[in-house]
Amino acid sequence: MHHDAVMALSPLLILAGTAIVVLLASAFCRSHRLAVGLTLAGLAAAFAALAVAWPHAPRLVTALLVIDRFALFYMGMIIAATFAVVMFAHDYLETNYGPVGADAESPTFRREEFYVLLLLAATGAAVLVASVHFASFFLGLELLSVALYALVAYRRENGLGIEAGVKYLILGGTSSAFLLFGMALVYAALGSLEFAGMAHSMTQGAAGGLLPLAGVALMIVGVGFKLSVVPFHGWAPDVYQGASAPATAFVATVSKGAVFALLLRFFGMLQVPRHGSVATAVALLAVASMFAGNWLALLQSNVKRMLAYSSIAHMGYLLVALLAVGAWAPIAVACYLTAYFVTTLGAFGVVAALSPRSRDADVVEDYRSLAWRRPWTAGVFTAMLLSLAGIPLTIGFIGKFTVLAAGVSSNLWLLVVVLVINSVIGLFYYLRLIAVMYRLPAEGTAVVVASPLPQMSRAALFILTLALVALGAYPAPLIRVIQACMAP
Amino acid sequence: MILVGFILVLGLGGLFAWVFGRRHPAAPRWIALVACVAAGLLALGIRPSVPGSVWLAELNVPWVAPLGIRFHLAVDGLSLLLLLLTAFLGVMAVLSSWTAIRERVGLYYLNLLLALAGISGVFLAMDLFLFYFSWELMLVPMYFLIALWGHENRHRAAVKFFLFTQLGGLLMLLAILGLYVAHGRATGEYTFDYPRLLGTVLTPSVALWLMLGFAAAFFVKLPAVPFHTWLPDAHTEAPTGGSVILAGLLLKTGAYGLIRFAVPLFPGAAAQLAPTAMVLGTIGILYGAMLAFAQTDLKRLVAYTSVSHLGFVLLGIFAGTTLALQGAVMQMICHGLSTGALFMLVGSLDERLHTRDLRRMGGLQTVVPRLGTMAMVLALASLGLPGLGNFVGEFLVLLGTFPVNAGLTAVATIGFVVATVYALWMIAQAFHGPVRESRTIADLTGREMGVMVATIAALLWLGLFPQRVLDLAAPAIERAQRLGPSIEVHHAP
Repeated sequence: MHHDAVMALSPLLILAGTAIVVLLASAFCRSHRLAVGLTLAGLAAAFAALAVAWPHAPRLVTALLVIDRFALFYMGMIIAATFAVVMFAHDYLETNYGPVGADAESPTFRREEFYVLLLLAATGAAVLVASVHFASFFLGLELLSVALYALVAYRRENGLGIEAGVKYLILGGTSSAFLLFGMALVYAALGSLEFAGMAHSMTQGAAGGLLPLAGVALMIVGVGFKLSVVPFHGWAPDVYQGASAPATAFVATVSKGAVFALLLRFFGMLQVPRHGSVATAVALLAVASMFAGNWLALLQSNVKRMLAYSSIAHMGYLLVALLAVGAWAPIAVACYLTAYFVTTLGAFGVVAALSPRSRDADVVEDYRSLAWRRPWTAGVFTAMLLSLAGIPLTIGFIGKFTVLAAGVSSNLWLLVVVLVINSVIGLFYYLRLIAVMYRLPAEGTAVVVASPLPQMSRAALFILTLALVALGAYPAPLIRVIQACMAP
Repeated sequence: MILVGFILVLGLGGLFAWVFGRRHPAAPRWIALVACVAAGLLALGIRPSVPGSVWLAELNVPWVAPLGIRFHLAVDGLSLLLLLLTAFLGVMAVLSSWTAIRERVGLYYLNLLLALAGISGVFLAMDLFLFYFSWELMLVPMYFLIALWGHENRHRAAVKFFLFTQLGGLLMLLAILGLYVAHGRATGEYTFDYPRLLGTVLTPSVALWLMLGFAAAFFVKLPAVPFHTWLPDAHTEAPTGGSVILAGLLLKTGAYGLIRFAVPLFPGAAAQLAPTAMVLGTIGILYGAMLAFAQTDLKRLVAYTSVSHLGFVLLGIFAGTTLALQGAVMQMICHGLSTGALFMLVGSLDERLHTRDLRRMGGLQTVVPRLGTMAMVLALASLGLPGLGNFVGEFLVLLGTFPVNAGLTAVATIGFVVATVYALWMIAQAFHGPVRESRTIADLTGREMGVMVATIAALLWLGLFPQRVLDLAAPAIERAQRLGPSIEVHHAP
């Protein structure tokens, strides 16, 4: 392989290498701290390698992968998000599986593999955002998914975790089958596995007929499962609830974000028309996701399930941006995904950090009067929820703003009006949770100021909140970076 | 810089109040008071700096340059008047919370001052993005004020308030974006800057839709019937300081938005919408007054009078004549002062009686003579007694509306009669007649008397010498007055 290609691939190589190093290290020396340290160092190195790869972009490495600024941007997001998840996971696993003084029976093992799986999944996600070929698309997706099956079911002693894992495995396998069959049909019609080749055949007029349309429809089903858009969303609430909070954070952000980035590239390269049957199908999925997601979120009493439905709605918002034309679509998607990553990681980070041993802090009772026990944590969670609702001075507002701007500039009036109505519905359940946190403690109960959160979670939450407010107040640098990365 | 200073003084004051409130429970209210007074002094210090410029002071720097968003603050006479009102009502809100707020004091003043900072942002923003930003930003602290320190049904009221205004606000955001895109397509310059957007040429149907988007936000906030249902709940459940700000300032942001943005940006569409809006205004005047008369909760009564009084503002803005607009501006300021003070009085009564139920009052004049007298004067202001500012406002609105639509003017004038009925009925129920429950309660303190006397003095000054205010507001009024399709010619580049 050429020197340039290695340089361009270096972030991916480091990610994959770190997974192997952590795996070997934990085979020889079972140390939670070592595993976390190696993982964080590897992620930091991979992030730094983005700068090494930058001058080489855009570069096609084999027919499978392209390292362009688009890919590097999303790799950066994936690596940063994984970094945050690792920090949350460290404290979470320490609480759940760490040694406890008197409790000798407690399972103090099984902590290190979590990071191996996370790194593998991150590698798969990074492959996805760089792929320009059905083969790498599928490989990346499977690498991501298989690692996630194990991650979701990581808490074996917990029935909900097993249920979530099995559900995710079966539905994920089915969706992969749909995706593969769709790819085969598209290949049969267009005669190429490369995105560029397909685009070429399409300009030759090969896109007509039922075959490619059926293929794209099946692919939409497959991708829809991964993104958990309505009506392919059935797994999301159960998986969100059953998986451990850090794993949920990863499923909600990295896995969905990577698939979405790929979808954006696919749509962009194939010049999928913004009207016609495919666009109509996507628009219908968007409307259904927004309404069903928000409506069902209203009915939830479990915080993780509520966040699951809210993320379904957020995917609906993102699909609106996908349908926008011109330069707006990639910018709006990137802005919204950045906001969504920061906010979702923060929200699940709070859930993870608050979780006591053997159970996640996911019922509303856990948050009642939180502001009196943990004023700072309640403040952070409030900021995250307001950002999910898209209130100004948070990064969520910038995301929503760019999506609306993209929709308006593409005359998608129906979709943006639906989006607006849904933002208001969404606001209702976010506010409800906020109100619970600030409720006065019940009469007679003494207010106990709880012990501070674990250190790593605190640091991660601090950084995420800082990003949320700073980029919400002054988004110019973020938008400049995105414009530089998304320029064709 | 003075404009940023105004917002910063309030925002930083809030942060200091919060920080010091953890050590010293009495510190936050003093800090908040100083911040509001300082903001008022800053506003008084604004003098025309650039001769010939439309603005008395201006700050215009890039903010999100890639999207054409600028941090553009500017003040003209109208904004200046509203800034002064903000500072004055800020002081009033702080003083009315002085002893009423006992829990989470620091956090309370943080929210109060942040709400004031957001409101001043609304009055100063000349970039539509910044305007929307401030518009939404003032809601969050207001929500917390109601939800955390309010009365019995506070959560319901707070959520209702937030959802109504949020829906209106988002529709306005869509309209802002529509205007941004339309201007960009027409001229190639993508900008949110208000002065540049003023000249945008739009087809009538596009203009009407965009105008409706703006109107959605402003009509909800004003409130115009039938978008008013959040108001009685929010005003009644809010703590006294919150009610003062809600009635005195938040409602004015709706009227201000119409005068500053909706009408000048879409003059043709505004003319199209004017008949409907004027009817809504008139309905509001009568409907609000009638519902006010039907209340037994004193605070709810005062809340409904706002619907009535703001009906005059809506009527005046869409009548579009100079006199009517002058009346609308006058009414905005005087309603802010008189209703703010009335809410403060209701709060004082509630603090002493622990009830707001009119049926449990009566004969209080002999028990608390000073409170009774002040309430009487404010009630007279509210019903439009000549000599007090409210009269000037309502009278000018009617005078200016008459040539446009004599029929509606006649109907709206009935509002005066109903206002007299509810205002005097309120005084009679609470302060005169038989004593229904005998109590011994303290009369107004020096702090409360000070606020009342200052407010009434201001109302008297506005009622007797309104010209200064009208002169200050003249340029903004002139811009809002160019209603009608003729404007398309004027604005064609």
